[in-house]
Amino acid sequence: MPEHLVLGREHLQGLFEVLKTRNYQIFGPTVRDGAIVYDELSSSEELPIGWTDEQEGGRYRLKKRNDRACFGYVVGPHSWKGFLHPPAARLWQASRNGRGFQILEEKPVKRKMAFIGVRACEIHAIAVQDKVFLSGTVADSHYQARRDGNFVLAVNCGQAGNTCFCASMSTGPKADSGFDLALTEILEGEQHYFVVEIGTELGREVLSGIPQAAASAAQVEKAKAIHAGTATQMGRSMDTTGIKELLYANLENPRWDEVAARCLTCANCTMVCPTCFCSTVEDVTDLTGEHAERWRKWDSCFTTDFSYIHGGSVRATAKSRYRQWMTHKLATWIDQFGSSGCVGCGRCITWCPVGIDITEEVRAIRGGPPSANGGHSGKERHDTDA
Amino acid sequence: MIQTLEGIVSEHPFFKGLDERYIKLVAGCAKNVRFDEGQIVFREGDAADQFYFIREGLVAVELMIPQRGFTTLQTVGEGDVLGWSWLMPPYRWRFGARTLQPTRALAFDGKCLRNKCEEDHDLGYELLKRFTFVVTERLEATRLQLLDLYGAPA
Amino acid sequence: MAPQLENSIATRAGADPMLPALYCIERLRHETDDTFTIELAPANGSSEFHFLSGQFNMIYVFGVGEVPISISSDPQNSKTFQHTTRVVGAVTRGMGHLKKGDTVGVRGPYGTHWPVEEAEGRDVIIVTGGIGLAPLRPALYHLMANREKYHKIVLLYGARTPEDILYRRELERWRSKFDLEIQVTVDRGTRGWRGNVGVVTTMIGRSPFDPSNAIAMACGPEVMMRFAVMEFERRGLSSDSIYLSMERNMKCAIGFCGHCQYGPAFICKEGPVFRFDRIEPIFGKAEI
Repeated sequence: MPEHLVLGREHLQGLFEVLKTRNYQIFGPTVRDGAIVYDELSSSEELPIGWTDEQEGGRYRLKKRNDRACFGYVVGPHSWKGFLHPPAARLWQASRNGRGFQILEEKPVKRKMAFIGVRACEIHAIAVQDKVFLSGTVADSHYQARRDGNFVLAVNCGQAGNTCFCASMSTGPKADSGFDLALTEILEGEQHYFVVEIGTELGREVLSGIPQAAASAAQVEKAKAIHAGTATQMGRSMDTTGIKELLYANLENPRWDEVAARCLTCANCTMVCPTCFCSTVEDVTDLTGEHAERWRKWDSCFTTDFSYIHGGSVRATAKSRYRQWMTHKLATWIDQFGSSGCVGCGRCITWCPVGIDITEEVRAIRGGPPSANGGHSGKERHDTDA
Repeated sequence: MIQTLEGIVSEHPFFKGLDERYIKLVAGCAKNVRFDEGQIVFREGDAADQFYFIREGLVAVELMIPQRGFTTLQTVGEGDVLGWSWLMPPYRWRFGARTLQPTRALAFDGKCLRNKCEEDHDLGYELLKRFTFVVTERLEATRLQLLDLYGAPA
Repeated sequence: MAPQLENSIATRAGADPMLPALYCIERLRHETDDTFTIELAPANGSSEFHFLSGQFNMIYVFGVGEVPISISSDPQNSKTFQHTTRVVGAVTRGMGHLKKGDTVGVRGPYGTHWPVEEAEGRDVIIVTGGIGLAPLRPALYHLMANREKYHKIVLLYGARTPEDILYRRELERWRSKFDLEIQVTVDRGTRGWRGNVGVVTTMIGRSPFDPSNAIAMACGPEVMMRFAVMEFERRGLSSDSIYLSMERNMKCAIGFCGHCQYGPAFICKEGPVFRFDRIEPIFGKAEI
């Protein structure tokens, strides 16, 4: 029986202070440039208090809430992969030495990073990337060092977004594991508190310095009701039955041509997807040519160069690149890593400029009728700006 | 053991499935031939009244190109069929053939077979089926050759 | 699902796998006008280098970049090793200008190897075109060194023109010294060429191997391998007796960058040598 505690809203800052004294760098959601992004936070006041988001295929807007909820929104364009697997990382440096050269290793640095407000889908996404980077014959030691020092403060979503489908991917909305502490935010009239579930001994320790109380059965029930409610609000759904075999058998389905006519190969989906991990290597020198560096940078299978081999790209057409992305995410990932690469966060739907909907594409390939709400191709617009 | 022509013809994969009486007929139009190395099998422009089954050796199918000399386009060897210009008018060789090694072959009297095919269309159909297969194989191989697959990248 | 070929990665314990080891060029030899072979030895000390035929290294040219190249030397030689490559881009061009004594970075060996053990007691038919002979050369060394373990060994090799034939002297030596049947063909003959002219795949049909007890290994342009497989199947070889070496863009060679994916397989880990039945569902499919 998981242990539940109650933390008053006024003590959230205390949690930040404890983490700081323990030398954690704190990262969490904050409002910037019209979106809720993940950035370094120095205070709980920097959270998007009183904000919510409205998402649809190809659409993202912030809107003010009529309460002061700290976590009253879902996920934005950033994901935690930006901190665990940085967009640019130097791998090593080298300098000329007579006829030869010497290489200076970039030793992995253990970082203590506290992630505030990690959603259930994101916990699954981190676990998916853990599989990619840590479970093969070779492990990424830089990723390992960052993960080793990770503190996860999860938040169970109080509402689902229009593009969310974690319920059908079995990745949420409630976080079951993979956290040190998990909060469910409850606002009732004048009351504003968090029902806290302890995930690890470290979580318990961190919380120990902060005023808390055991949660009553009623409070726990309220939290459960919120979890159940959120699960019914999902804006999208994906039927994953036999999805691997379905996609393997449909590599030449005409639907790929149809989606290719819309896809701009802009790579937004791969940038916002919390599990996409592809990278490239850049070898650079300074102007004198004496000093060289190797950098690893995020890459996307949507670029024409991604599959280049002597003379041309294997995947020259947009069709082949969209097909590669989707079949990797939903099918070949299962053969590679034992689970789906998709966690149902909906970011790819929201941030696609033309609103391509991965759940709709699967539906179309299955040959089913288009969904009632889905199939928004960015053509219909909801003009309800705040 | 010396094989009879009929025996050789009936065993050859090219004639697999051909009716007994046609095997006899075809064998009747065949004879064993031998070439030394560097010998001309037929010349470009000559009357094409024969075709060959190479039993051993190597033959170059060539063209005389001004400034370049005799240029080998393809080689045919053991088990290959050489020559189909005997099948259609004007019944003249468009390419030349010259041996690159001592070569043994079965030579067939194409003119004689042509006439027999006109008389017996069933025979004609059987032979054309088989020659069409040879020609398409050669065409596919030539297409691959044209791709210059090992050449400089695109 | 077909069993995976054993993957042998040699990473020095504890070393960062993206860090190259330094090797010096012992020899650089121009084979044809666009192909050269480099021979490498460790820059410091006498560490041994072990690899299996079919595997590749990532070779780094200072300040230019890093590319995957198959190892093309005798696996029994652990002191030095060779890579034969065509000049196809900035890195290979830069590499071709290096001199004896220059340093390059090496990471590897990576990948799966040719099935030289599976092939014991059977005929071996090797079909290759162009630079495809280079990754098969180590397998040929192994077969020659253990000749009595194999039945008939046939090598069918297609080159662009007679001038592009690689390892001529070695092929001659093998042909005369061992019981190895070699047929070389060119796409375009030149004056004085008295050998075969035509694509290498046309020679498979009459090649003297027993399809009921043979292993086929092919390496070359994908189109060539596609037609070779058709010819192998026409001869009666089953798809679990055919092995191909596949190639895709590669950046890390350790399964992290995602570039080398071929269907569900990472070519750096589950390839480059694949047993054909494993890749049959996607082989030849456009833009996979």
